[in-house]
Amino acid sequence: MTVTDRIRRTMIFLNTQRAALVKDAFIYRPDCVILDLEDAVAANEKDAARFQLYQTLKHVDYRGVERWVRINGLDTDLFEEDIKAAVAGGTEGIRLPKTETASDVQLVEEKVAAAEKQFGRPVGSTMLMAALESPLAIINAFEIAKSSPRLMGIALSAGDYVRTLHAKRTVAGIELFGARSQMIIAARAAGVMAFDTVYTDIDNMAGFKEEVELIKNMGFDGKSLISPKQIKVAHEIFNPSAKEITHAAHVIQAVRDNGDKGVGVLTVDGKMVDIAWVEGAQRTLDLAKAAGLYKGDLA
Amino acid sequence: MINAAGREIPDEFLHDGVEPFQGIYYRDGYHYQKAAPTVRAYVRPQADKLVDSVKDAVIATGLKDGMTISFHHHLRDGDYVVNMVMKAIHELGIRDLTVCASSLGKAHNYLVTCIQDGTVTGISTSGIRDEIGEVISAGQLKHPAVIRTHGGRARAIEDGTIHIDVAFIGASTSDQYGNASGKGGQSDTGVLSYMGSDVHYADQVVILTDTLVDAPNFPAAIQGIDVDYVVLVTKIGDPNKIATGALRLSKDTRELGIAENAAKCMYHSGLFKDGFTFQTGAGGPSLATTIFLKQYMQQEHIKCRWAMGGVTEPIVNLFHEGYIQNILDDQAFDLAAVGSVLTDTNHYEITASQYANPFNKGAFVNQLDFVILGALEVDVDFNVNVVQGSNGILQGAPGGHPDTAAGAKVTIIVAPLIRSRLATVRTRVTSVTTPGESVDIVVTDYGVAVNPRRQDLLAAFADTDIPLLSIEELRDLAYQYAGEPSPLEFEDQVVALIEYRDGTLIDVVKKPKLQK
Repeated sequence: MTVTDRIRRTMIFLNTQRAALVKDAFIYRPDCVILDLEDAVAANEKDAARFQLYQTLKHVDYRGVERWVRINGLDTDLFEEDIKAAVAGGTEGIRLPKTETASDVQLVEEKVAAAEKQFGRPVGSTMLMAALESPLAIINAFEIAKSSPRLMGIALSAGDYVRTLHAKRTVAGIELFGARSQMIIAARAAGVMAFDTVYTDIDNMAGFKEEVELIKNMGFDGKSLISPKQIKVAHEIFNPSAKEITHAAHVIQAVRDNGDKGVGVLTVDGKMVDIAWVEGAQRTLDLAKAAGLYKGDLA
Repeated sequence: MINAAGREIPDEFLHDGVEPFQGIYYRDGYHYQKAAPTVRAYVRPQADKLVDSVKDAVIATGLKDGMTISFHHHLRDGDYVVNMVMKAIHELGIRDLTVCASSLGKAHNYLVTCIQDGTVTGISTSGIRDEIGEVISAGQLKHPAVIRTHGGRARAIEDGTIHIDVAFIGASTSDQYGNASGKGGQSDTGVLSYMGSDVHYADQVVILTDTLVDAPNFPAAIQGIDVDYVVLVTKIGDPNKIATGALRLSKDTRELGIAENAAKCMYHSGLFKDGFTFQTGAGGPSLATTIFLKQYMQQEHIKCRWAMGGVTEPIVNLFHEGYIQNILDDQAFDLAAVGSVLTDTNHYEITASQYANPFNKGAFVNQLDFVILGALEVDVDFNVNVVQGSNGILQGAPGGHPDTAAGAKVTIIVAPLIRSRLATVRTRVTSVTTPGESVDIVVTDYGVAVNPRRQDLLAAFADTDIPLLSIEELRDLAYQYAGEPSPLEFEDQVVALIEYRDGTLIDVVKKPKLQK
């Protein structure tokens, strides 16, 4: 199993062409960065960006921030070299754009495994993430989500999806409702994580906040971002509140204390809880601990 | 001789009572005789003090070779006064003058001509920038320039270190007897704080104004009883360049991150209580701390008793919203500050001496809880350079930096760790403006370093999410990216003396060797 279990509330796209950007983006403390070789990089700068990618992965200490690389699509003659540079540099994961089928993931997996062998990386150490950008991809979401043991999660990419759907982007996001619902169901059924698309109106922080609240309530684990100023806001929304953390700790403690006695239903903080609550409470504590908000030993 | 900041001060400058820097409070309790000007009595009633032109005013003062004249910089980049007066002096062929300005910038590039032809042979100033910085760095000024802080300049005038023969003061409004103010008129500067000592210690005072008003022009920053002549000119300045439109709050996430951590340091310092006092500079991250301070003030239900300094729109906004109860103003940086000091009752004009002079009986800097300041360079001893570029050229100004750092209970430096390819945090600053003894916290985009002298702050920050690193770790990070800077090469010629606020010498600036 290659996929590492960790908090991934935010993953910010960085244009790998820009040295000033990729040299120290960890100072904004996102959970993950996505070093982009695809859309952000001009066609005639692809090789320069790939060179910069390798040097960045090799030499910049990202201090625990997880590093992903978005490679160019499988319909280009660039993606194989992208994979080699990313794996040779030691990326934690590769994000595959425009994934439409399970076989897309499996093709990348094959190339990644070969690169791992070529560059002396442990085979199986590089995770994958699939970006779904078309109606076909959404239909195939579950197949894609369970296509590889390396697959950490699936991510919605709304730009192309909305266009091919003949829909229009709205503030409320009703045009994405079907895709988001389908994806989160598929991700949970396959046991992988789910990430929402970027919010492009970077000056509209109120709109961004609303969207993050929406997708958090839908069950998404995190969101792709394009501006560092979105990081803190997203973290605040994804983080459990102090009240939620305390309650979760009480639930876990109460269940532990009473489990031995064979008591199945208890009262915690004035509310009835049973064993079914434990999973949610545990998830809250794990998230709180990963976010540095809980220092106890129940997580 | 090596001074207490570890800098070599050539012995040739240590004479006539000038001592090397020996610690920030070395001259506490020092007794001195204040200077007194030689002034003319005006016993016979006068119709007015008006003279026809700047040239006539210069002639009337009897200005001679070798004298010292003074100017302020409240007109900032829009200043016409310095050039106007210097041109008149130049035409009269008077030479070998010392210019004692509160600061000099790109509006004053006519001084370059005056330096090169010997009209001006000495300069005392806070700021040396632009072409003036280049010619002084190149060693073209006959005597080394003396770089003084705002408080240090007031001190030097009052203790007689520098004697001003004639002060030429641009004033937004004046009456014909010289009651003058920075408020109103065509070129509104808000305040005339930097002339507070000049008017009382100069032998003669000339007011230049473009707006003559009926007497009495009260309230007056400068009283007619201290003024010899008044000149009505077409324009004392370009209002569009006097104050910037509005200093906008930064939207740069990196600067905001620095600002947030600076505010966090204030919040956790133990001094963030109702009635606290602070000053913040006008740089991006400094100014942006006000955003986060407001949040903390809201959260804790506390107010700031006064904020001081170069006043800017964000400070005025906090004042209007009730978070700041009083403003002490020695310089209006933008139109919002100019407007507020004109109309708001609790927005007070103070003189540079009241602001920061270490030799009076208690300047306001001594009552500061917090000051947030910028830096060109910081070294591992927490020394700060805000005067000399990393290429050795003079391009900055101490302003109130060393004054507020010495006075405030907590001095916070905010700066990006790297600028382009230059490391801000380094082993040794090019020259010391503000000694590390008075610097408590350095906040960068990569982390926060606390001066080990401040174990109290280190303890207070221990259980917070302030990203603490040692200053050496910050330097190492900076070098990891930008590389360790090669030492600059200098010739032996000293082109400027950096005077600490108490009159001791904290550093000297030598002429940089030309790059091959």
